[in-house]
Amino acid sequence: MIRIEDYIPIVGQATVDELGLLADRLRGKTIQNINSTAVGGGVAEILSRMIPLLGQLGVSAAWDVIKGDEKFFEITKKFHNGLHGVPVEIDDGEYAHFLEVNRYNAEQIRFGDIVFVHDPQPIALVEKRGAIGKNWLWRCHIDFSRPDPKIWEFLRQFIPRYNAAVFSAPAFSQKLPIPQILIAPSIDPLSDKNKELDEATIDAVFARFGIDRSRPVVTQISRFDYLKDPVGVIKAYKLAKQRVDMQLVVAGGGATDDPEGPIIMEEVRREAEKDKDIFVLFLPPASDIEINALQRGSTVILQKSLKEGFGLTVSEALWKGKPTIAGAVGGIPLQIAHKYSGILTHSIEGTAQWIKQLISAPEYARRLGINGKEHIRNNFLITRHIKDYLLLFLSLFHEGDVVYL
Amino acid sequence: MEAFHFFTKLDQTLLLGLRARTIAELLTGIRSVPDASIYFHTHRFLQQHHFLSPEPPNDFAYWVTNVLSDDALAERLWSVDPVRFEGISGLRETLIGVLESHLASTERRIECAAGEEFHFMACKTFVLPTGHSARTLGEFAEQMGQVTINSVYFHMFDAKMRLKSGENDFSRWFRDQGKTALAIEIRRLDPYSYTLDGLRRQIVALVKKYDSH
Repeated sequence: MIRIEDYIPIVGQATVDELGLLADRLRGKTIQNINSTAVGGGVAEILSRMIPLLGQLGVSAAWDVIKGDEKFFEITKKFHNGLHGVPVEIDDGEYAHFLEVNRYNAEQIRFGDIVFVHDPQPIALVEKRGAIGKNWLWRCHIDFSRPDPKIWEFLRQFIPRYNAAVFSAPAFSQKLPIPQILIAPSIDPLSDKNKELDEATIDAVFARFGIDRSRPVVTQISRFDYLKDPVGVIKAYKLAKQRVDMQLVVAGGGATDDPEGPIIMEEVRREAEKDKDIFVLFLPPASDIEINALQRGSTVILQKSLKEGFGLTVSEALWKGKPTIAGAVGGIPLQIAHKYSGILTHSIEGTAQWIKQLISAPEYARRLGINGKEHIRNNFLITRHIKDYLLLFLSLFHEGDVVYL
Repeated sequence: MEAFHFFTKLDQTLLLGLRARTIAELLTGIRSVPDASIYFHTHRFLQQHHFLSPEPPNDFAYWVTNVLSDDALAERLWSVDPVRFEGISGLRETLIGVLESHLASTERRIECAAGEEFHFMACKTFVLPTGHSARTLGEFAEQMGQVTINSVYFHMFDAKMRLKSGENDFSRWFRDQGKTALAIEIRRLDPYSYTLDGLRRQIVALVKKYDSH
């Protein structure tokens, strides 16, 4: 089991001490997380890592999962798609069923002092607040920048009943009558995807895929999805390659539930064929070590997204000290200060230009990588996420701009 | 000798749900947001990017440079020197003045691309004792190496700009201890022109110099 002390060599003793100082002030309070799935998905992953660490700090944190039938999850899937801009139809009966499932769960759950509700699925539990009181927080993990108006109208009736709402990026904030707090997601530097690897492991992964580590390697690791622009990545590589020698790795999982997935993969293959320096890798789900090794062994990393939620793959790349070129969308500009800790681009041509520059100016590229890693160390590791959650809980009990604890 | 107690501060970032797409909207926002927002946007960069170049950047200048590509205006925003101000209101008025004179001097109106808006934020600051304290200059120099950068930040920036003490906490303590020359030297430092680690090293070096006097 990972211990909170294991993070001291990474973030420093004083930072871990600060977590302890905050946690001490939450003694006696119980924090209850509620979401809709125990496994799979980013929320479950972060809760499963964070709750044991909160416990070690002396904070009593629990985690409940609401129960729903198939129909309920079909409805919440429609919510999810609608909030991401996919046209969906939800009828009155479905809204009624959504409420019925939430009300059933509200009767089953024993609520803690602070009820921390994650995402839209359990949002209506807050109807219980009138009867039981408590402090309620709603954490929205998804892109909320352009929600479907009808779904937003439905969800919006619940939000003002919470003490505060939490969003992952500034663009997701809305005009709301309650405080809104920014808490970005985080990466865990001790997970398989991010932990240090020895050179032999990196060499072995590169050898397995037939990639030559003695020549520059440019890599994008992302789902095969139009919004990650893998075809644009190949076009940028082809432009840059007219001037500089390099190989390209486009690696990611197949999006099995996405009807566009196979079409995109076919396009990527077509774009990549006849160039033996392009490696299109379809990685199975349990490929964290391979992803880690591919990132660590690369010269430059791309995340040429056209639209992005937060884009944590950028933090993963920067954490490995890699010069990173990424689209200036979603949460990516929070992770990269242009020309300081990475490069933000808006086009295929711009991306190609920067690929050439970073391969040709390794000292500058190295500096970007160092700055990027420090930026992630200070702002996007799980320890910062824990700090933000502790402050969130404490803010329920303290008013004002400056609070002396 | 009265001890210096090191405090630390941790910030919660608040989203105000207010955004700007143009210089005019940026001006409207700067006029209306709370002090904690002006403070956040003129100091956040310093704390989040404290390992980077020691320029005095603020979020407004960064946005005008990187999104609106108006380098001349960005430079004017960039050069608003926070060290000159005793509090937020003077800083806010100066930023307003720069934007007003810019709008009056040009017909050029640029709107940012969708998704690249300036989002106004603010911070709620939690201050807590670190348990570290010093009674002598030697102890002070030693403890400065052990507290987090947030502690240095709190005593140098928050104390003066937000809590309206008029000067940073370190100088005040040195003066109270009769170390007036050291207090003046620390006060004269432009803390915005160092990285935070650079600032910490500079303070420690000055304290050691006076400790050996």
